[in-house]
Amino acid sequence: MSALEDLDEIDRALIRALAEDANASAGALGRRLGLSQPACWRRIQRLRAAGVFRGARLDLDLERLGFGVTVFLGIKLATKGRVSLEDFERAVRAIPEVQVVDHVLGAFDYRLRVVARDLPDFERVLRRRIMTLPGVGNVEANVMLSEERRPGPV
Amino acid sequence: MLNDTDRRILRQYQAAPETPSTELAERAGVTPSTLARRLAAMREGGVLRGVRGVVHWPALGYDIEVMLRVTLEKTDPRAFDEFLAGARGVPEVTEIQTFLGSVDIRLAVIARDLAHYQALYREKLLTLPHIADIEALMHVSLVKSDETVPL
Repeated sequence: MSALEDLDEIDRALIRALAEDANASAGALGRRLGLSQPACWRRIQRLRAAGVFRGARLDLDLERLGFGVTVFLGIKLATKGRVSLEDFERAVRAIPEVQVVDHVLGAFDYRLRVVARDLPDFERVLRRRIMTLPGVGNVEANVMLSEERRPGPV
Repeated sequence: MLNDTDRRILRQYQAAPETPSTELAERAGVTPSTLARRLAAMREGGVLRGVRGVVHWPALGYDIEVMLRVTLEKTDPRAFDEFLAGARGVPEVTEIQTFLGSVDIRLAVIARDLAHYQALYREKLLTLPHIADIEALMHVSLVKSDETVPL
């Protein structure tokens, strides 16, 4: 498929529902949308086969799990050409506190999302793991205060 | 509070959220009934809010993703609220974070192509209220995205 415009209202509703609850059953979704279970299942299979979902993630209350701090880092590599992007990416991917790594174009080369128990713990991660990454140069840190995930244009 | 069993379950679950429950139970070393009971307790306690499907926007024709880093004109006390309300009204905005630091707000924005992005940027994003400075990072590739935590 298939641009978004080619999907009908039921497909869009299914995408929204599965984005909210990835494990919702075809039966339950079908009842909500006025479809039989097999018809709903076929639609879900078609969406999944088209790669509409990259996967799923647990939505956890990080504070209750003891992770009180989320920090977004912008990283500029210092020695372009000398350090390979592969080396940096392999090393950064292995840091357990790093949740997301985006390769970007702009004022920074990489954008990281990092979790820590508190600010001293974040400082430890920053000093011992981030600042020691191969090729790391300028690092900017912003502590997250709040977050909203939006459904997007679907 | 979470016990060791809960942590073991979450460790396995977050690594593969689409694993069938019988297999998840096996990986976490618990019986299926213990798994169901512990997950229900974690849902009830609010630790586990849900399992979200992650939409792959390029499959729906949205090939461009841009991170906008926004600094607000903070002389007006309503600046944050009014900017956020405006950003929520733009369907192409998929994430909104607020920060303590040199950046106030970050928006993740998706667009079909560069022309679409340019139109969005000019007509819907630059027109949001109270912007003092705005800087864009263009997404190239996702190196890591599992969003797991070191439990």
